[in-house]
Amino acid sequence: MAISTFPVTAHARLPWRARVREMLDRERILGPLFTSPAMILIVLLVAYPFCMALYFSLSNAFIGRPSHFVGLRNFINLWDSDAFQQTFQNAFVFTGFAIAFKIVLGISLALLLNQQLWFKRMIRGMVLLPWVIPTALSVLGWQWMFNSSYSVVNWTGIALGIMDPPGPNWLGQKYYAMTAVVAVNVWRGLPFFAITILAGLVSIPKELYEAAEADGAGPWARFWYVTLPLLKGVLAIVVLFSTIFTFSDFNIVYQLTHGGPINSTHLFATLSRQIGLESGRLGEGAAISLYLFPVLMFVVYAQLKYVRKQAY
Amino acid sequence: MGKRKFWNRVLMHVLLVPFLLFAIFPFFHMTLTSLKSDRELYDRKAVPLLIQQGPTLEHYSKLLWETAFITWTKNSLIVTFIATAVSLVVATIAAYALARLKFFAVGSFGTGIFVTYLVPTSLLFLPLAQVVNWLGLADSKWALVVTYPTFLVPFCTWLLMGYFRTVPKEVEECAMVDGATRIQALWRIVLPIAIPGLVCAALFAFTLSWNEFIYALTFTSSSDQITASVGVTSELIRGDIYFWGQLMAGAVLASVPIVILYVFFLDYYVSGLTAGAVK
Repeated sequence: MAISTFPVTAHARLPWRARVREMLDRERILGPLFTSPAMILIVLLVAYPFCMALYFSLSNAFIGRPSHFVGLRNFINLWDSDAFQQTFQNAFVFTGFAIAFKIVLGISLALLLNQQLWFKRMIRGMVLLPWVIPTALSVLGWQWMFNSSYSVVNWTGIALGIMDPPGPNWLGQKYYAMTAVVAVNVWRGLPFFAITILAGLVSIPKELYEAAEADGAGPWARFWYVTLPLLKGVLAIVVLFSTIFTFSDFNIVYQLTHGGPINSTHLFATLSRQIGLESGRLGEGAAISLYLFPVLMFVVYAQLKYVRKQAY
Repeated sequence: MGKRKFWNRVLMHVLLVPFLLFAIFPFFHMTLTSLKSDRELYDRKAVPLLIQQGPTLEHYSKLLWETAFITWTKNSLIVTFIATAVSLVVATIAAYALARLKFFAVGSFGTGIFVTYLVPTSLLFLPLAQVVNWLGLADSKWALVVTYPTFLVPFCTWLLMGYFRTVPKEVEECAMVDGATRIQALWRIVLPIAIPGLVCAALFAFTLSWNEFIYALTFTSSSDQITASVGVTSELIRGDIYFWGQLMAGAVLASVPIVILYVFFLDYYVSGLTAGAVK
């Protein structure tokens, strides 16, 4: 009906509906249009806050007070503080140990899951469970398991005769507390490692193993010369992912130990919250969280080299 | 099956037992604790692995009727559903454009999405709290609805890009030769084929927002605005006193929605987990 009122004489005279329709069919227009909501979101709520974090870190911002530019003073002050030095060290110890355990246990678990199993679905379901349940809630369970008076871990250890009563105070002693937070991180991250590595294992052609076996390779040789080299790509990606998310972990430490005892388990995220929000020193808090940035950059760089190679 | 093969298979199951125990023991112990009476819970001579003095639902009923647990769960549901729905729409069109269309700076935008996907929430929560204040959303669950898409959209876009690439271009081109517009082709042809991908993205978005903690903890604090995870972890610990029975009951109950989804959609979780990382 619209057509009768607007005689179609030239392209520019098309009725607006038809014109919009035609415009939307052009990739150069539809593309930006479709990506703009995501783009706006990222600019406003990721890029802009990131710039704010940069500014905060260079200022003496304090909650509820005007701030002034102070240059690199926050970063310099942080280096002089014991709490920060301890946190810096903790972050590497925590990430290093957690990832090492996740790699070794993840590969072992994936190898087992790749065997002929009777209850395959159920077993996978159980393995994946720690990854699915809200961390904040499952960590509560761990907190109870490590409770200084009623720890089921210690009870079991004592019952089996491997611990002397009353057993370690897991969350109250320096090295035990670090062990506990690493253990919980491994527990929570293992499913991701195992399932992803399993996907890598499944994609290795069976013929390679048959050929290796024909050449007289035993199980260990087959693992070392066939499985591991072919898993390298998947392993690299999993480790890179896990690096950034382990390094920036917050939930586990915040709930289990709150960074204690005496800062011995603080990570960048928990210290930055304590200083930035609980003590109100926004500037310093932002500076601490920015220490996650170099790690992020490294992971992004390495991932883009790997991931781009696969995806594009 | 040969005898050796059979025993080999049994051995594999035995080797799996420690891993499975490690994975599910915390949940077993949580559930068990939530069903114990306080008297047994705080009895140092009791066996922590058994319920000897009879199970009780008293912690659950206290949690439901004497705390705001139901409100927290409602808040969690509202935030999760809206954030998931919005993110899914935004991510679907962005992913389609990135996977299929040629336009200015498409490559660098794809990279941008990927980089954002890797940005940890703990890097941005301090300045975001200020942004939330400026938006007038301080201490409101709507702050979470607004901020959760910052990590949901990049994740879902990345996941869906992978799925859209697996839809053959020819199917879509056929439809367009027959006179369909690009949007019609997307709606009628591509999306129905990509339904497994959409389900997967929706499940992950739901799980990620249900499980989110640091933003919820930072942006909300009043009892009528907080989500289930924050409510259970902050309101049930009064001062230094932990009400362990209630805490465990809360942890169990607040995990129920995710567990239900999980039981029904296990295979999607498995495929999404690997796709998110490997694709």
